[in-house]
Amino acid sequence: MADDKDVLRDVWFGRIPTCFTLNPDEVTEREAEPYYLLLPRVSYLPLVTDKVKKHFLKVMRTEDVEEMWFEHEGTPLKWHYPIGVLFDFHASNTVLPWSITVHFKNFPDVDLLHCPTNSMVEAHFMSSIKEADALKHKSQVVNDMQKKDHKQLWMGLQNDKFDQFWAMNRKLMEYPTEEGGFRYIPFRIYQTTNDRPFIQRLFRPVSTEGNPHTLFDLLKEMCVCASEENRFQVVIHGIEPLLETPLQWLSEHLSHPDNFLHICIIPAPTD
Amino acid sequence: MPVSLLWAVDVHGRVYSLSSAGQQWELGRDAPMEFKRVTAAQQCCWSLGCDSSIYLNVFASDLPVRYKVETYENQRWNPVDGFSERLLPSDRWQWSDVTGLQHQPLHSFQLPSSSWEWEGDWYVDENFEGEPTEKEGWTYSIDFPSTYTKDKKWNSCVRRRRWIRYRRYKAMDTWAKIPSQPMSLPDPFSDISCGGWEISEEPGGRLSLWVVSLQGKVWFREGICHHNPEGSSWEEVPLPGEVVQISCGPGDLVWAVLWEGKLIVREGITRDCPRGLSWAVVECPSPEVGAIHVSVGNGVVWAVTKDNKVWFRRGVNSHNPCGSGWISMVGEMIMISVGLHDQVWAIGCEDRAVYFRQGVTSSELSGKTWRAISAPRDGERPHSSASSQQSAGRFFSGEVQAQSVVSDADSDVEKGSADGAIFTTPEPSLGSPTEPPSNPAVDAPKARIPKVTSDSFISELVSDRDQGKPSKDVLSVTPAVLEEEVIPADGEEILLCAGEALLSTESRGGPQWSNVDLEEAQTGAVLDLAETCSLSSVTTFTLTVEDGAEEHPMWAWVSGEGCSVDSSSQLNWFSSSANTTSVTQSVQSMSLSISPAQTAAWRRQIFEQLSERSRREMDDFKHYEQAIEQSVWVKKGAMQWWRDWKPHKWIDVQFAFEQFSGPDGNKDGILFIYYNYNEEKKYLHAFINEVTILVPVLNDSKHTFAIYTDERTKQRWPIRVAAATELEMYDWLALLSVSCCESRGIQGPPSKQAIWSITCKGDIFVSEPSPALEAVPYPTPCDQMFWRQVGGHLRMVECNSAGIVWGIGYDHTAWVYTGGYGGGFFQGLASSTDNIYTQTDVKSVYIYENQRWNPVSGYTSRGLPTDRYMWSNASGLRECTKTGTRPPSPHWTWISDWAVDYSVSGSTDREGWQYAADFPASFHGYKTMKDFVRRRRWARKCKLTTTGPWQEIPPIPLIDVTVLPCGAQSSVDTFPLWAISSKGDVLCRLGVSAQTPAGSSWLHVGTDQPFKSISIGAAGQVWAIARDGSAFHRGSVSPQNPAGDCWYHIPSPAKQKLKQVSVGRTSICAVDENGTNISSPSRRVVHRGFLNVPVCFGVFLAFLCPGNLWYRQGVTPSYPQGSSWDHVSNNVRKVSMGPLDQIWIIADKVQGSQSLSCGTVCHRLGVQPIEPKGQQWDYGIGGGWDHITVRGNAMEPPRIGLLSQKDTAPPTSSSPLPVGIAEPNGTAVYS
Repeated sequence: MADDKDVLRDVWFGRIPTCFTLNPDEVTEREAEPYYLLLPRVSYLPLVTDKVKKHFLKVMRTEDVEEMWFEHEGTPLKWHYPIGVLFDFHASNTVLPWSITVHFKNFPDVDLLHCPTNSMVEAHFMSSIKEADALKHKSQVVNDMQKKDHKQLWMGLQNDKFDQFWAMNRKLMEYPTEEGGFRYIPFRIYQTTNDRPFIQRLFRPVSTEGNPHTLFDLLKEMCVCASEENRFQVVIHGIEPLLETPLQWLSEHLSHPDNFLHICIIPAPTD
Repeated sequence: MPVSLLWAVDVHGRVYSLSSAGQQWELGRDAPMEFKRVTAAQQCCWSLGCDSSIYLNVFASDLPVRYKVETYENQRWNPVDGFSERLLPSDRWQWSDVTGLQHQPLHSFQLPSSSWEWEGDWYVDENFEGEPTEKEGWTYSIDFPSTYTKDKKWNSCVRRRRWIRYRRYKAMDTWAKIPSQPMSLPDPFSDISCGGWEISEEPGGRLSLWVVSLQGKVWFREGICHHNPEGSSWEEVPLPGEVVQISCGPGDLVWAVLWEGKLIVREGITRDCPRGLSWAVVECPSPEVGAIHVSVGNGVVWAVTKDNKVWFRRGVNSHNPCGSGWISMVGEMIMISVGLHDQVWAIGCEDRAVYFRQGVTSSELSGKTWRAISAPRDGERPHSSASSQQSAGRFFSGEVQAQSVVSDADSDVEKGSADGAIFTTPEPSLGSPTEPPSNPAVDAPKARIPKVTSDSFISELVSDRDQGKPSKDVLSVTPAVLEEEVIPADGEEILLCAGEALLSTESRGGPQWSNVDLEEAQTGAVLDLAETCSLSSVTTFTLTVEDGAEEHPMWAWVSGEGCSVDSSSQLNWFSSSANTTSVTQSVQSMSLSISPAQTAAWRRQIFEQLSERSRREMDDFKHYEQAIEQSVWVKKGAMQWWRDWKPHKWIDVQFAFEQFSGPDGNKDGILFIYYNYNEEKKYLHAFINEVTILVPVLNDSKHTFAIYTDERTKQRWPIRVAAATELEMYDWLALLSVSCCESRGIQGPPSKQAIWSITCKGDIFVSEPSPALEAVPYPTPCDQMFWRQVGGHLRMVECNSAGIVWGIGYDHTAWVYTGGYGGGFFQGLASSTDNIYTQTDVKSVYIYENQRWNPVSGYTSRGLPTDRYMWSNASGLRECTKTGTRPPSPHWTWISDWAVDYSVSGSTDREGWQYAADFPASFHGYKTMKDFVRRRRWARKCKLTTTGPWQEIPPIPLIDVTVLPCGAQSSVDTFPLWAISSKGDVLCRLGVSAQTPAGSSWLHVGTDQPFKSISIGAAGQVWAIARDGSAFHRGSVSPQNPAGDCWYHIPSPAKQKLKQVSVGRTSICAVDENGTNISSPSRRVVHRGFLNVPVCFGVFLAFLCPGNLWYRQGVTPSYPQGSSWDHVSNNVRKVSMGPLDQIWIIADKVQGSQSLSCGTVCHRLGVQPIEPKGQQWDYGIGGGWDHITVRGNAMEPPRIGLLSQKDTAPPTSSSPLPVGIAEPNGTAVYS
């Protein structure tokens, strides 16, 4: 790998092998076979599970079917987090394939948002992009785009079209060279030790002295105890970048399609 | 923008320079003495020494400054002696100049000054008008003066030959004193300013140098140019008053300040009269406080008044050099310097810092704010106290320890006083009276010096300091002493140096930042001290360096005249953390292709971990189903399409692109153009994998691009579409380019074998050759080659199969390929993120002013009704007015005003006119009785800024370059690279390797006349074409002797002047000029390639006329010069020979089935060892191509045993597969 743009490709085409099994409590007409699928890390569960749903509906009676939801080892999976984040946060040190249990009843209203259609996902995705651009460019770029441009971003994600998505997304990644980066870095930090779902605050890519901020600077500023290196892992897209990596570069290259840099802080495996 | 220097003098008279790419002031260490003022041009720097003499520092260049002197030896035949020196009494001198009027024996030639040396001895010129003569170089004639021929005839009674000798300017990069003329210069100089290089391009390197004497007189230096950097003589310029300071801009602006504070402006400065004619007086900005300083640029004037206020003059330009009014600016300065691009520097009144005016653009000439340049000086002590001792010690030891340094200083003193000028050893106790540490040193100088071991010495001195007790008496007395001492010293108006006098009076009581002038003024007082403290002065001098460095440098003078920066330049002058950045800077400069960020550990970690992640999460699960099925992606847009059928016109269409995954996983796509024809909906389509090239065609009215397939190339009729906006066009182009590359599985940078080509718009295209491209007898048809664009803007490009690629811009700047791809409009995915740099180019747009003579009013702009437009393009067919002519495309912006162009071929009269009997005809530069029309060319420069994988190789501008072609598996590590400078010098680049494609430095190869084309073959055969159209072969070029030993003159084909040469493995081909006049009517018909632009480009005009292609016969290893030129083809513009001896050309007048195209890439078919000239042409992409190089393609084609000769038959192991690929395609090859 020689070039930064290959990173974009690798990030986009990241896949998690997944084994979907039907919750044994579901009432079925016959035994349901597990379903194996490669899930795109950058996508969202409702966008990629049509096949799963179809597969399990074959063994179920329609009157027993409510809204589908997913759970991994007892934790309901939030559909509005990117799949890669869900995996890294909940299952990064488990054996592959990732085993997900599929439910069709007892929707956990406390933990999960309802997602009746994919337009919910679209609305969520687009609002994330707008939020990110508000941080990066005071919304100037996203507001300059036309409706069809927004659609192109969404369709690119939905249909897994890297070129289609990035032809538009690159505009969101531009910044004036003299400023050395975005206004603020859109990021979210997920921690197992924290009650809050994630940390998100204003943080500039360049220090007041003009030096580029690194991942370490961010974590320190956010009071994340990741510096106790042996106890925690800092995972982005399934990898652990060095803490000296410049934050601006991370934001440009390792952000999810929603333009946020999703950082998972998880306990290190104790083996 | 090339690296250039900002020059400054500090209050101690030391000269520093600051590079536009650098971060610290570099001390000019070899200065013979302290300087008062400097004025810089881009090629040299002039200075005014403390001895009031003028010094010149010509910057070293790989191009030597050499001057050819010549004289003629004349002989007459007589029956007794044959040809002999005995001439008739009525004859010319035996040794004379070319006219015979002046006696010029060899020994009469003297070196102009001690800065020159002879390059060699006299020798006879054996080249006569491009033809080699007999060994002795004699040319014969019937009588003097007459026309000479190289052949001796029965009636040849006289003969002559030319002797040549070169002298070389040797004082490069050192300060050389300009020898003073004893009679004309009674008094010393007090100010100096150079400029005026934009007044005229002839002779090259011309400068105007203006100086002011202490008596207030102004002198102009005559005859400064590239080959005479010192100039020849001083001419006094009459004045209306006494001048104290003068400033000369790069153009025709010259302003001066009079003693009483008024300003005068020089008027009538023209190309023919760079000294100007008269002065006009301009009132100073405020009547009660006069001006003390003025500085002018191209179209601006800045002034400083005696109260240190800064003023900007409104409305100044070439036609109105006086301007219209003053505007008061913020800031208090003591002097101002306006540099190139009207950028402004100044020295602050309070802090004596150098300020740079930020935000100066052509639309806002007064800029926005002052910003202090905070660059440290070299050798300046770092702030950490631990290291300061050490570094200070080092600094000292270099300066002080050696006895010889001291004695040097001694002799300088003697020399200074011997010259009769006022000179003083630097004496800080006088110059900077507040500096206490100098006192102890002065008190006990000799005791300390001999046993200096730097560290202890310094600490001793430092401990001696008494900061709390500034010697009050010195403080108060010195300024007084100044005035008292000064006036009697010179006996008259010393105060005319208003600035300094003011300074000395004003700064009374405050810290005294003395100028060198002040030190000098006190010489009388300290002269008796000079001897005793000459030793100590060295010590104290260096000590004050250390001392001054503690705070910030105090500057006395700054000169930005040679500093080429503008408001968009990235300057490193202002950063405070210079230490850390300078490290990264040096790392960056170490290697061209690897930037530190790319090798950073964090990046490697991410790359490695991503691969690891793919292995972990995907490798074992490839059999899993994908969650999202691949589908079709469609992008649509409204466009215009140039209709295929007549009448041709732009019609509105729907443009759609569908992308899908092909069966083999490769992405593919289809382009659709939906249009209405007779109310009926129809469409046209093209498969992305059949598109061979996408060519942007941007002009000021439409944003269009052309889509070619092989079929469309045959027709010479691309699909042309126009987008509504430029942005939309580039969006489409970038997307389609990426899709085309993907569908062909091409990604990343071009390979080393790549074929590079350039269009007449300067766009760069590259094609990956297949092994079958050079197959015999069935090569891949040329029109099936796929070309992709690479960012940047060039006029020509040359490469070899080691991946060394050099380009030359329209402004002759040399560029080296960095290994990246993309740039320009390719952003994001289609471009590499590293190795992409800003690239600029400058070219001129030309229009013609036409006039017709009538008996009543002479020449007027009233033509006949049948005449061309009175303002037109070269052909006269299109109207081009000054106001209506726009830059070639929106990417170009004007950077100059319209100016008469005198550099037209065929010479002009003094006003730039060329005359002819009628339009259109051949024009000449003088008026005859038969001339009824005249025209002159106006030029305006425009500039383009883009990005691409190119890095500049300053500073020598080039017109041609060539690099040794080599086999695919070559073991050579450094490659000979030859070039021709824009002046016609032949250069050989040293240190060019695959790792350092830029090489290290130039080696100059002497020639007797300027050259224009050069090429080196695989065996190191160097061939070149001189400006006179003759060919030369360079003998004995080898890795041990990279520059060879001598030139062998090769006669050109009969009656033809050659213009370009290319050497392959063993074959040599050349293209001639064909004597075609560009303005001849027959040429007009073929100007039809749609890329062809209506403007022509100066020097390269010659390349636009097609010539004949010649092959050199009879070249053998033992006789590398060959025997004769063999005609191959006509209508050829350029030729490129590859390492397999393949022949590719740019041809004109290529007929397609629908259109004719000029500038077409053609490939010679049937080139074999037994038939090196080949058989016929295969036509590729065309319609505005200017340049091609196939010198990287060393891929041996798969040969077909059946047709090969036994001796050339390849090992039969070559698989039969390529035969299948090279399936005969009879329809593809047509001619």
